Amino acid sequence: MAATKGSKEQKYDRQLRLWGDHGQEALENAHVCLINATATGTEILKNLVLPGIGAFTIVDGHTVAGEDVGNNFFLSSNSIGKNRAQAATELLQELNSDVSGNFVEESPDKLLDNDPEFFHRFTIVIGVQLPESTCLRLGSVLWSASVPYLVCKTYGLIGYMRLVVQEHTVIESHPDNALEDLRLDQPFDEFKNHINSYDLTSMEKKDHSHTPWIIIVAKYLDRWLSEHDGQPPKNYKEKESFRQMIREGILKNLNGDPEDEENFDEAIKNVNTALNPTKIPSAVEDLFSSGQCNNITAQSPSFWMLLRAVKEFVHSEGSGNLPVRGTIPDMIADSQKFISLQNVYREKALQDAAAVAKHVESLLQSVGKPAESISERDIKLFCKNAAFLRVVCCRSLAEEYHVDSVNKDEITSCMDSPDSEMVFYLMLRAVDRFYQLHSRYPGVYNYQVEEDISKLKLCVNSLLQEYNLNVNIKDDYIHEFCRYGAAEPHTVSAFLGGSAAQEAIKIISHQFVPFNNTFIYNAMSQTSATYQL
Amino acid sequence: MAEMDEPEKKRRRVVELTEKMIVDGVYGGSCEWEGRWNHVKKFLERSGPFTHPDFEPSAECLQFLIDTCKILVIGAGGLGCELLKDLALSGFRNIDVVDMDTIDVSNLNRQFLFRSKDVGRPKADVAADFINSRIPGCRVVPHFKKIQDLDETFYRQFHIIVCGLDSIVARRWMNGMLDGEVDQTSVIPLVDGGTEGFKGNARVILPGLTACVDCTLELYPPQINFPMCTIATMPRLPEHCVEYVRILQWPKEMPFGAGVALDGDDPEHIQWVFQRSLERSTEFNITGVTYRLTQGVVKRIIPAVASTNAVIAAACATEVFKLATSAYVPLSNYMVFNDVDGLYTYTFEAERKENCSACSQIPQDLRFTPSSTLQEVLNYLTESASLQMKSPAVTATVEGKSKTLYLQSVASIEERTRPNLSKSLRELGLMDGQELAVADVTTPQTMLFRLCFTS
Repeated sequence: MAATKGSKEQKYDRQLRLWGDHGQEALENAHVCLINATATGTEILKNLVLPGIGAFTIVDGHTVAGEDVGNNFFLSSNSIGKNRAQAATELLQELNSDVSGNFVEESPDKLLDNDPEFFHRFTIVIGVQLPESTCLRLGSVLWSASVPYLVCKTYGLIGYMRLVVQEHTVIESHPDNALEDLRLDQPFDEFKNHINSYDLTSMEKKDHSHTPWIIIVAKYLDRWLSEHDGQPPKNYKEKESFRQMIREGILKNLNGDPEDEENFDEAIKNVNTALNPTKIPSAVEDLFSSGQCNNITAQSPSFWMLLRAVKEFVHSEGSGNLPVRGTIPDMIADSQKFISLQNVYREKALQDAAAVAKHVESLLQSVGKPAESISERDIKLFCKNAAFLRVVCCRSLAEEYHVDSVNKDEITSCMDSPDSEMVFYLMLRAVDRFYQLHSRYPGVYNYQVEEDISKLKLCVNSLLQEYNLNVNIKDDYIHEFCRYGAAEPHTVSAFLGGSAAQEAIKIISHQFVPFNNTFIYNAMSQTSATYQL
Repeated sequence: MAEMDEPEKKRRRVVELTEKMIVDGVYGGSCEWEGRWNHVKKFLERSGPFTHPDFEPSAECLQFLIDTCKILVIGAGGLGCELLKDLALSGFRNIDVVDMDTIDVSNLNRQFLFRSKDVGRPKADVAADFINSRIPGCRVVPHFKKIQDLDETFYRQFHIIVCGLDSIVARRWMNGMLDGEVDQTSVIPLVDGGTEGFKGNARVILPGLTACVDCTLELYPPQINFPMCTIATMPRLPEHCVEYVRILQWPKEMPFGAGVALDGDDPEHIQWVFQRSLERSTEFNITGVTYRLTQGVVKRIIPAVASTNAVIAAACATEVFKLATSAYVPLSNYMVFNDVDGLYTYTFEAERKENCSACSQIPQDLRFTPSSTLQEVLNYLTESASLQMKSPAVTATVEGKSKTLYLQSVASIEERTRPNLSKSLRELGLMDGQELAVADVTTPQTMLFRLCFTS
């Protein structure tokens, strides 16, 4: 039965509240490629199929073995001997009929040999449990085609992810603790007028107690500025004085005791943040000075056009500030006072967005593109999020692996701390080396565990030597990695499955911020780390 | 590759084949196959430098998981489905699952053991069926019940209990059930996971030994409800408008019949609330009331995705595995996860609270003046950050007889004891130093307090 829009809205309700209908639309237009339907691979895909990606394609040349079925929810024992891509596609497809599942019974190496452009069609390619050579070959193809690439590996109790994307722009980063945009230090005209329409000294108690704290702080700030030569409260002592000034403004009853005025309490509590100077965040300033922002062409993605338009706004109508965000937090106030204050900010935000839209229009014109190329809705969304814009640029695998560009500093400084997860990154590189040399991973069979320790140690040493890394790796880790025997325990695969799927969703939806660029999970200590390598 | 002579190559080949055959030989049956537990066995049959000091590698470890170890999973929802899969694929076979809910269509985006044809059926039953049929040999036993419907004898039969609950009240109840035991020789570890949107946490509790849920109650701040005067007379947000309709207008108008309560799962009810909320918002020039917002407010909906549940359940299942096998030292004892911006984890050791109301076995002091009213005492019990009770019932021994001072849950007793709320403690005949017994949904055992009169 085809899913109606209503039933899909019901099914996806809990996630629509996180990324909205437009985020969901992006997911439903995505086609994800998974290479290798191991436990890690199918767990990642499960967490993408359930939220309703448009389509997936599994590339896997392996045949299902007994141990594959043992740790994989999406393989059954009667698929032993069959192609793994096909077997897994059946059970993953069954999770969600909205999703279209496909498979290619081929190793990625073969595809890279015969038809590398096969990979160009995907929104994102996720490579799981890949040997180093395949991983790097694929990385190079995807980098040239600007296709986002997520490398994942579960090795014993260690999880590893590497994101490879050249330039990923995020308008809706949804920051956890965003500062409000209240402009108390630089009130715009309409705000000033609104503040002036209040006279706290002549108000009835009911009105006095239900005046928004923003108005209260603004009023008292006016007074302070006139008494302090135009200088706002700067240090702790001055801010305390300022708070006291507001405190004294609380109405008193017949006995001379202060009345219960929660709005004044709110004002006092918010003095610190209210006095934060309006500033363009340094991350956004950096974006303003970037090459992409300053060299707009017809090929420039709309993100950069919008950013350039905002920059021009900042230098003209904005008088050095970003467009007003237009939202205010809830606060004790009667409905009318709150709504009219809120509307002052909202209308200013609309005004600023319209000014930005003019800059967008002339930019588009200057590169010969129609004005409709960027919608008013997109312009408003961009302006509202102007302070939270993020751009993630990951280094290529080639840069990470090349002797001349390896991030030596990061590796050696992390290895100075005894508990750093960086040692696991180096061990994973070492076992990759082992595999290249011996065409197998260390310690797969019990009898190999002991004798592979010295072989693996040689790989470790050659790795450190090749990259000229002056670090020490304790023998315990080498023993442990032989002990792992390239096992892929389900719980570690599942942890990585959730983590990787959400990063893929971030890439697809352009909402929330992806990691940059190496993530290590240690299930022994339940700790993790992110490195930029 | 090193040169090896033929006999040695042959010997190794025989060993490889033998290792694979051991599975079939020992465990037999048609539901086993060659290599099934290879990934798990590497952690149970090999020694290593980071294992728990108590760990002894052997084939018996896996045997214990498969034959003997009994695990209880509380909740068969977002975390529960993941937990069942994770445990089953780690070798556990004797798993019980408790869940009082039935399946709703909004569960399907993450509770992957359910399909649209299962809507309306008990979660525990459907989850058990799915796992048992997908994972041969696994024996999940479902219990379509509230956790409070099962008793200590039931809980005591398990080696480890792992919770995937969505309610702090339930969590505290479970915590109290296991903490009540004075006998330290039979500690049942409690692994607890929680998620909300892109955030989650996983913790390991050894009742009576390490920090329990109540020791860290401040980590779960109480839900803020809007003040009544805002809702009734000065709404500012669309949410205020919805709460007005839910709390004030619905009881007044009883739109679907006298005594018919608002059912957040009934689309007709939500539609009615939505329309009225829209009217109210128009009256106050408030924008933003939508059907989705209305439903979210009425049902107190917490956004949820598959990925966060997968991560937290996986971390919990890893801990269950460590506790059951001693393969590694368990998490000590609290991990926080957030993937809004990159991926962030923070792991720390939560400390026991010396005077924890749940696990310290010490009666809590209640300090009040003799002229304080019983209502003031109840307010303290509900509002204190470390107690956060819901609707405490208080009994005391007065003049040698047990006397219920106040109880809310039974209408006739509530009516009878209501006048006590405005009486002072002295008026009620209470003495300095005497014990008060308090019962509440947040704890299976009655909590004892000691009344200390201050001047």
